[in-house]
Amino acid sequence: MAKKQYAFYPGCSSQKGASAANFLTSLQVMTQKLDIQLNEIPDWNCCGASIGYGEGGELPRLVINARNLAIAEKELPGQDMVSGCPACWLATRETHERLAEHSSLLAETNEALREAGLNLNNTVRARHMTEVLIEDIGWEGMKAPVIKPLEGLKIAGYVGCQTNRPFGIAGESFENPKYLDKMIETVGADAVKYDQKVTCCGGALAFSEPEKSQKQIRDIVESAYDSGADMIVTPCQLCQANVEIYQSEINKKQGTKFSMPVVYYTQLMSIAYGGSAAEAGLNGQLIKADKLEKIAGK
Amino acid sequence: MSDLNTQAVARYKNNFLKEVEERVEDGHWVKMCMQCGVCAGSCPLGPAWQHSPQKIFMMIRAGKREEVLSSDSMWMCTSCYNCIVRCPRKLPITHIMHGLANYAHRLDMAPKGQPTREIARLFWNNLVKTGRVNELKFSLAMYFKDGVVQGVKNAMAMQGIGLGLMKAKRLNPMEIVGGHTCKGKADIQKIVAKAREIEDRRRGLA
Amino acid sequence: MAEMKTAAYICTGCGIGDVLDVKGLEGAAKKDGKMAEVKTHAFLCNAEGVQLIKDDIANNGVTHVCIAACSRRAKTEAFNFPGIAISRANLREGVIWIVAQGADHDEIRQEMAEDYVRMGCAEVKKMVVPGGNVKESSSKRILVVGGGMSGMTAALAAADAGYEVVLVEKAGQLGGFARNLLKRVPFSGPYAEPQATGVEEMAAKIGANPRIKLHLNSTVAETAGAPGRFAVKVAQESGAISEELVGAIVQATGFTPYDVNKLTELGGGQANVVDQAGLEAMAKAANGGAIKRADGKEVKSVVFVQCAGQRGSGGNGNGQHLDYCSGHCCATSIKQAMYFKDANPDVDTVVMYSDLRVPGMGEDFYRSAQQKGVIFTKGKVTKVAGGLSGEMRCKVDFKDLILDEDTSVDADLVVLATGQVPNAGVNLDEWTSVVTLADGGDEAAKAKTVEMKKGSVLKLEYRQGPDMPQFKYGFADSHFICFPYETRRTGIYAAGPVRRPMDMLQAQEDATGAALKAIQAVENVEKGRAAHPRAGDLSFPKARLEGCTQCKRCTVECPFGAIDEDEKRFPKFNEERCRRCGTCMGACPVRVISFENYSVDTVGSQLKAVNVPDQFEEKPRILLLACENDAYPALDMAGIQRLSYSAYVRAIPVRCLGSVNTIWITDALYSGYDGVMMMGCKKCDDYQCHFVKGSELASYRMSKIGDTLKQMGLEEERVITHEVAITDHERVAKLINDYTAQIQEIGLSPMKF
Repeated sequence: MAKKQYAFYPGCSSQKGASAANFLTSLQVMTQKLDIQLNEIPDWNCCGASIGYGEGGELPRLVINARNLAIAEKELPGQDMVSGCPACWLATRETHERLAEHSSLLAETNEALREAGLNLNNTVRARHMTEVLIEDIGWEGMKAPVIKPLEGLKIAGYVGCQTNRPFGIAGESFENPKYLDKMIETVGADAVKYDQKVTCCGGALAFSEPEKSQKQIRDIVESAYDSGADMIVTPCQLCQANVEIYQSEINKKQGTKFSMPVVYYTQLMSIAYGGSAAEAGLNGQLIKADKLEKIAGK
Repeated sequence: MSDLNTQAVARYKNNFLKEVEERVEDGHWVKMCMQCGVCAGSCPLGPAWQHSPQKIFMMIRAGKREEVLSSDSMWMCTSCYNCIVRCPRKLPITHIMHGLANYAHRLDMAPKGQPTREIARLFWNNLVKTGRVNELKFSLAMYFKDGVVQGVKNAMAMQGIGLGLMKAKRLNPMEIVGGHTCKGKADIQKIVAKAREIEDRRRGLA
Repeated sequence: MAEMKTAAYICTGCGIGDVLDVKGLEGAAKKDGKMAEVKTHAFLCNAEGVQLIKDDIANNGVTHVCIAACSRRAKTEAFNFPGIAISRANLREGVIWIVAQGADHDEIRQEMAEDYVRMGCAEVKKMVVPGGNVKESSSKRILVVGGGMSGMTAALAAADAGYEVVLVEKAGQLGGFARNLLKRVPFSGPYAEPQATGVEEMAAKIGANPRIKLHLNSTVAETAGAPGRFAVKVAQESGAISEELVGAIVQATGFTPYDVNKLTELGGGQANVVDQAGLEAMAKAANGGAIKRADGKEVKSVVFVQCAGQRGSGGNGNGQHLDYCSGHCCATSIKQAMYFKDANPDVDTVVMYSDLRVPGMGEDFYRSAQQKGVIFTKGKVTKVAGGLSGEMRCKVDFKDLILDEDTSVDADLVVLATGQVPNAGVNLDEWTSVVTLADGGDEAAKAKTVEMKKGSVLKLEYRQGPDMPQFKYGFADSHFICFPYETRRTGIYAAGPVRRPMDMLQAQEDATGAALKAIQAVENVEKGRAAHPRAGDLSFPKARLEGCTQCKRCTVECPFGAIDEDEKRFPKFNEERCRRCGTCMGACPVRVISFENYSVDTVGSQLKAVNVPDQFEEKPRILLLACENDAYPALDMAGIQRLSYSAYVRAIPVRCLGSVNTIWITDALYSGYDGVMMMGCKKCDDYQCHFVKGSELASYRMSKIGDTLKQMGLEEERVITHEVAITDHERVAKLINDYTAQIQEIGLSPMKF
């Protein structure tokens, strides 16, 4: 079967030396095993993330996303745009939908894009990597390459916000999405039930409102512990960073003894598909995912 | 009062709802709120807000312009979108909150030194400058936003995490002298400037 | 009439033959039941089994059949033999499904089954197949009182169904309250704009309909008779009287807005403070243009105060006015706010509410108003000052319930959304107390009855009074839980806001329902059958007047006013008004009232047919009289769910606890039963009794049974009454088991022989 090709939008946090660099590492193993070819969008720019609104306003925010869409439309014709980062996906999809709905906004956007010699017909569909796995590869397809099932691992699937709301994965409920649990089970691990599956980690407010965010993070980690989870898995770069990084802060301030590894679904798949710990980017963990490394070393 | 604010007050007199409808992103939805309070109960930072979205909408209808625009409530939004998906009236509440925050910021009515307002500004500037966000510069700027002394304190407090991230190759100290940029950063600056010009014109802010 | 020939048929299907000794059952039917024929079949409800019975009826002259099989509620279509008396011994739901499994229960299970066979045989022998109450002539015309939206709808619905209609309207033209509206709330999609009321079109249709006879400027001067033969005098304003013979009546007399002048705290009576009806008049005068106040000034700002004097202190009332919500006012204010916005979008329109109630598609209408810029403020109004000096503006003080602050707003006009007060006529409770005084010779009271009767709508010649009963807020009667269109006056149906507060669309639906009920009544009456809820029942009460002591209990207690008194003060049954509940039979101390197929004897013979073990056997017997509407189905359901309850109980279904005659209780106790349980429906304010008062009356009668028990030397726990709902299958099993345990605790009855 021919490789599936996508216009790839990695996003700032996945760049080399950035906070989600290990996500990109594991993504490469996973896509290779699943015969997915990701073609990076030339000279892509930042999406504005969840905090871009404050200074950016509406149209500037839309045009920076429209620039990525316009480049993809021109340089990688016919390919869906795929992002690994929920914030990038959300911003791009929102742009695509708003411009599709309001022709006046599309006209204004193109007026601005002309400054850079670009034009957008708004034909590119913006998708998230998990959508591609579920809809294009399918559950059987995801299971096929598993050679080291993650047997015995108990994992809390932490969906968080932005792959889930406001768009979500087709067919899933906002209050209790199941796709991540299903992914965990597809690679042979057990998905534990816990009640903070879609709780917000605080997002960008981890910086500006550390106490409030850390309360959220504490709830999430505590609930994962209560359910007997060995680790948390997430599809979101910001969730991963917040929930992993701040555990030491919370321990320091509140006397907890949190040491809950937080990994990406791509890392689970990379290991299950036979990748090494390094290929799965496990060396990028602040809190080592020992049980996963052990399976990788088998 | 900023010039923009003086001009807005003169233009809309007491009709703050109309001002919001014309000038705030998705502001025309405010009148459709039915005051059920589901948004207030769904917000992860609910307890931290001065005014819930429900109250903000009511205040807009009641013409409480000063109170709304100077509120720190909109700046508590984590963009979790819980309110959007639960609103029975399908109001795009997250976007309205973002729009109100942005408008208050443009009029310089938003609370001075509000931390989220500050990082939003830093983030955007960082983005427009290079086309991509440089996490190290962004973080340092964040720590030093309250001055050098506080900045050193903040940075020291987070030193352990920073070193951990560097070790895990998830924070690159070399980014301070360069780092990721877009080749088309000049283009980006041009299109952003143009977009703002168009939007300001449309909203009567130019 | 042919000679009685009895037969019992025992079904051994559904496991009956597996756990019961069929020979024993046959013996009980033959020896104790004295059945001429006793036959057993493995599958009695199948075609072959049914044919067996049919053949016996056709060829062997069988007239009385006892079917010992499943519950009387099951297989009713299979076991339906016209002209034949049928009793059912409930061996399936009532015995094998509820008695605990296992050989150690074999004996008591068999005893129970044989008792039910004996009871079924005893009952059927006392039954006579009722022939109905067919009168020579019966009118199928329908009288509609009130020519507003509800009345016009009912008249057209009945006429369209082919019935002659007499429509009486007190005003000079049709339309009622709706005639004074500029527009109405939309009835059809997209539910975004007010619509034309449609009054003119309906009035024209009525004028053109040959089946509808219209009396304008008219009221009802007298209603005598009963369903199928109501003799109604219609009085014109001029005083001229015409007589109409009708079969059923729909009362659609609507509502009057609560007097706005009483709402002084909300500015009622002050300049530029109007009610919704007042606003309609202003809007009609403006006819789509700018709405102007009485002083000619164009209204540029308006505040609607919702729940004005309504919902007690929960709305914008202080508990001094109406306690209830009138249902339509939120949507009406939204519509009226649109009058302003549609004429001039710059008019400030604020709707002040505490809870906006716009059920159904009203939500779309609400959204449409929001789109038009109507401001909705959640607030409780504390004071309205109208017609303030200078510009004669109004000031509305209110507590903002979202922002939690006391504040105020100014407006050119304030509209108070007041409630609906039903035009239901005379309050019967008040009537009864005045009549009692008048009967005692009080002259003032006599004068007052004349005065009160002037305010009556129907002027019924019923001993209970001139109108139908009212509920606590004065709305006309309705069996609001089970049969909302039925009233306690058979053949008379209330529709529209006179029945409960409602909007125009609901009133139309209500009127259609009432018209159908009226049709059901005239059709059943014509065939000599009960109208409802025992629709089609051919039995009716018969009294042996020679034994009557003229105690009047039956006439007083009949919940439906079916029994008048004749000149000699004997009860006079108006069978067409009767619901066949048997409350009169339960009330009669000398037991002269009975139905052909349900009587003191049909039940009495059953309870006496039970084999009561002597005191040395230590097996108690408990009689259970269960209302057939809720309690008996709940017992069946307990069986279907395979819950178990004590096999010491013997259940007899009754039409209503109101039909329980105390003789049954004393007979049972004298026969050596150890306890008597009664299960009926919820009584009093939130009653679920099909016959409204039956369970309440039973409860009252049983409260007096203590003396009888004392005379007999028995403990008062030996008679117990429970309220049971149809969904209470788990509870009925528990109640029986608990009571059995309690009886065993007290000890067996000393009355055993």
